[in-house]
Amino acid sequence: MRIHVDRSRCVGAGQCALTAPALFDQGEEDGLVEVLDAEPDDTQAAAAAMAARVCPSGTITVSR
Amino acid sequence: MTLSEPEATQFPARLPGEPFPPRQYADFRERPGLIRSTLPTGGPVWLVSRYEDVRTVLTDRRISSNPAREGFPNVARTGGVPTQDQIPGWFVGIDPPEHDRFRKALIPEFTVRRIRQWRPLIQETVDRCVDHLLSLGDSADLVAEFALPVPSLVISTMLGVPFVDREFFESRTKTLVSLKTTTEDERGVAVQELLRYIGRLIKVKQKRAGDDLISRLLESAVLSPEELTGVIMLLLIAGHETTANNIALGVVTLLSNPQWIGDDRAVDELLRYHSVADLVALRVAVEDMEIGGQVVRAGEGIIPLIAGANHDLNSFDRPDEFDPGRAARHHVAFGYGVHQCLGQNLVRAEMEIVYRTLFRRVPTLAVDADVTALPFKYDGTLFGLHELPVRW
Ligand code: HEM
Ligand code: SF4
Repeated sequence: MRIHVDRSRCVGAGQCALTAPALFDQGEEDGLVEVLDAEPDDTQAAAAAMAARVCPSGTITVSR
Repeated sequence: MTLSEPEATQFPARLPGEPFPPRQYADFRERPGLIRSTLPTGGPVWLVSRYEDVRTVLTDRRISSNPAREGFPNVARTGGVPTQDQIPGWFVGIDPPEHDRFRKALIPEFTVRRIRQWRPLIQETVDRCVDHLLSLGDSADLVAEFALPVPSLVISTMLGVPFVDREFFESRTKTLVSLKTTTEDERGVAVQELLRYIGRLIKVKQKRAGDDLISRLLESAVLSPEELTGVIMLLLIAGHETTANNIALGVVTLLSNPQWIGDDRAVDELLRYHSVADLVALRVAVEDMEIGGQVVRAGEGIIPLIAGANHDLNSFDRPDEFDPGRAARHHVAFGYGVHQCLGQNLVRAEMEIVYRTLFRRVPTLAVDADVTALPFKYDGTLFGLHELPVRW
């Protein structure tokens, strides 16, 4: 599984960091998404999919 | 698929004694296309009631949030969304790409981590508000004495409003939201007083910076002092009655479902279940387009019904049941798209702290009235309670 983010779309709502704190954080300076683990193992699949679903700006994509 | 113009349906009203959201929404979701209706202020509007359609409307760049555009739906009889001419910096009414400048300037102040750092101060504020409540004897109106002061005092702390001015701040913001007990003129005066006060506060912070949001925004210099005044006003107003209504409704719902008291998962479920901001996200089409199988023309107003989306069977099992165990984060109680609520992490922190503290410190808290006969805000833009008599 691979996580990709397009930071130019991020609106900093922080839903990703809240939903999947092992995978996402928000930058200290700009508050925009930061990926902590871009290639997590399958135990994180549900969390990654939920983060992509709740992100309000279509910033996060998850591919196999 | 496109459909011809459907007949107009009466604007949905919440009826006394009826559960929230309006029962009509279930019927709206079943009907093909969108719902054609007439605004309480007059003029036609499209109502969007299905979850997927609501998310589509809130992310489509051909749909605008600008209240100065022809056809923008005005739900409130007075006030409504101010234009940039009226209050510059009121960025919930600004479209991208101009919106990005405001949003990006504010994001660092509202991240999950930054809000976590505010938690001790939120706790202190909530404790003081519980002290005040308990000082009133053994009964009170929870809305006036607790639910309204909490968010106002929290945001004024974050903004760096001096302690001595917080009462002024609290009383003026309360005037703005007390539609039942204040006149339009009184509310107009309160807006002007607040704008003047914020302008003065900005001047003070320009001279002497503090460890607060206004000082940091001044330092970054992305926004002009005039824009900053409007931004601060937006933070005050957008976060006041919304949060207060959630606090009060949440107390009623948790007292009826006491097994969920003490479980933080209740917070997001309360947000979804009550969807107080049902009529808050207002939009207008900029181009002709198709939404949910309906042709919508440029210049036509659109209201995505947040409570409609949050009670859609296709997105939530047993949507009309209060069940924090569903852990449903995909609700749209805070909207969706680029305008999704900036204050949402603050709200979650406030609600978690409020319920934990209130039910721990006032374990005998009970509603002092027949719940179905409570004065719900059936006629406002936001759903909530005018008053909530409680005893302990
Ligand atoms: C339970 C409480 C709250 C609810 C239900 C709520 C709901 C919403 C909704 C639905 C929107 C989207 C409006 C639209 O798309 O047109 C929004 C935007 C906004 N909210 Fe909240 N809100 C709450 C509390 C707060 C608080 C506490 C603050 C700040 C201190 C706040 C600040 C804002 C701002 C600044 C926006 C505009 C964001 C933008 O345009 O980018 N809100 N809110
Ligand atoms: S949920 Fe989306 S918009 Fe919000 S911080 Fe994460 S990536 Fe950015």
